[in-house]
Amino acid sequence: MYPDNFRYTKEHEWVLVEGDAGTIGITDHAQEELGDIVYVDLPKVGAPIEAGKVFGSVESVKAVSDIYSPVSGEVTEINQSLADAPETLNTDPHGAGWLVKVRLAEAGQAQPLMSAADYQDYVGAEK
Amino acid sequence: MIKKVRSHISQNEPLLFERSSPGKRAYQLPELDVPAVDPAVELGAGNVRAEIDGFPEISEVEAIRHFTRLSTWNYAIDYGMYPLGSCTMKYNPRVNELVAKIEGMAWAHPYQPESLSQGSMEVMARLESALAEITGLHAVSLQPAAGAHGEMAGILLIRALLEKRGNPRKKVLIPDSAHGTNPASAAIAGYAVENIPSNEAGLLDLAALERIVDGDVAALMVTNPNTLGVFEQNIVEAARILHSKGAMLYMDGANMNALVGIARPGDFGVDVLHLNLHKTFSTPHGGGGPGAGPVAVTKELEPFLPIPRLKRSGKKWAWDYNRKQSIGRVRAFYGNFGVLVRALAYILAHGGPGLRNATVDAVLNANYIRKSLEPYYDLPYASPNMHEVVFSDARQEKSGVRTGDIAKRLIDYGFHPYTVSFPLIVHGALMIEPTETEGKMELDSFIDAMTSIAKEVEDDPQLVKNAPYSVRTSRVDEVAAARKPVLRWKPGN
Repeated sequence: MYPDNFRYTKEHEWVLVEGDAGTIGITDHAQEELGDIVYVDLPKVGAPIEAGKVFGSVESVKAVSDIYSPVSGEVTEINQSLADAPETLNTDPHGAGWLVKVRLAEAGQAQPLMSAADYQDYVGAEK
Repeated sequence: MIKKVRSHISQNEPLLFERSSPGKRAYQLPELDVPAVDPAVELGAGNVRAEIDGFPEISEVEAIRHFTRLSTWNYAIDYGMYPLGSCTMKYNPRVNELVAKIEGMAWAHPYQPESLSQGSMEVMARLESALAEITGLHAVSLQPAAGAHGEMAGILLIRALLEKRGNPRKKVLIPDSAHGTNPASAAIAGYAVENIPSNEAGLLDLAALERIVDGDVAALMVTNPNTLGVFEQNIVEAARILHSKGAMLYMDGANMNALVGIARPGDFGVDVLHLNLHKTFSTPHGGGGPGAGPVAVTKELEPFLPIPRLKRSGKKWAWDYNRKQSIGRVRAFYGNFGVLVRALAYILAHGGPGLRNATVDAVLNANYIRKSLEPYYDLPYASPNMHEVVFSDARQEKSGVRTGDIAKRLIDYGFHPYTVSFPLIVHGALMIEPTETEGKMELDSFIDAMTSIAKEVEDDPQLVKNAPYSVRTSRVDEVAAARKPVLRWKPGN
């Protein structure tokens, strides 16, 4: 369910680190809890984001939720396709439903976050 | 078994636009008794038109039937219990309407001179003093036009005082159980919002608060009782922590229906509080307005209240605009006067002991529901509750039935749904607030309905998942409505 090469936050975001680039999204558990997502608000390319701080929000039929960044860096790309097809976040949260790509401020930032196994335990416990 | 309602014929009704045909009229004007003029000459030909494109034309009886038929599709507190948690959907006593219709009140105009407005001003002054007495605070402004508006005014008052002390500060703390309007109000007033998690009992975590409050914190916004219906028993200590570090305590008065006549926020250290007159003081919830969200403050904050303020000048009431520290106006004139009249009527009709009884009954009713439904629904927080009770759908979720499904099935039983999926700290919340309005018969009827649905979930979950069946429109496509909204009717669609 949860890819082994991702790291996870308690707020249910994931980050995939490749070199000095990171890709950020929300977890399958998060999309399940939110229900049908209808709108995604993302930062602009070039915007700085900070670990633990809000950088955007997702709106579902139930609620609007903040998205917290797992890492610090600068946004290099946003997932444009979500504007027309926010449902991608429900159907493929760990793949085509990625939110933003960032250039990491420093390497190794994602290490303290949860592994896939830890996250699986965490969401198991939360339920 | 569904006892409270049965199906009956319900009239279909198209839009007025679809009923229209040219030349139909619902009015007749008397013959002109002044000389006729040519509007094209008087106003300029460019400002005159013969027809309004697409304007519906129908007869009087068609207009009457249209709106009467629509009214039968409704559910209202005058039909039965309206258990929406956090909304305090209490009965709006008819005496409120009677008083609001008194000619001098109904026809009062804000541009009347003060000398002709003394009665209306007296009504407002009395309401201010009654609300100050109920909240245990020093002064009240009736200007804000809704709860969230009161919140924003309250936070602006805090900002004004802190600015006067030399530093407006940066942050407002808000518990994770708060109403969504709280962070919005703080943000609009220019503050960053920091969430503070609740402890296992669903209450403010004092140790966390002690740790977080510093010189950057302007205020804590807290709802008491909180959105779980649980009294924040550490509120006095929370106020002490905040005040010792120069921060203020804002209380959201959304749940004052659990406190009126029993406990006064001013006594537990609250600096600013807003009230929702449409909740606690029985004014109509309306279709989004007009509303009133008076804000009550301590003596220290009083100089900053919005202008104008009522002031006694000899034997008369006057408007005082000359208040240099005021945050200024937050609303035209002095708020929604008609709503204020109704709230005062409610307060005076009950009197002190009556208001206290209403509070006690509201708490009793919620606890009666809690005790009766506890065998059937999961209670995530065991703390004693006050005027509302929050269950979760944990047991029903095992059969694939969620809180929204149970709420929709409740419609088939003849009740308005409870509040679904709020507060957010409860997974799959069912939030129920009966208010003092309901007697035992209606409460038992609601409990029977909820119990029966719990059994349906066990026997035939699909039945509940596809509900409601007895209404004009069953499930609507909420997702398509949000993703691809159609905001305007056009002929032929």
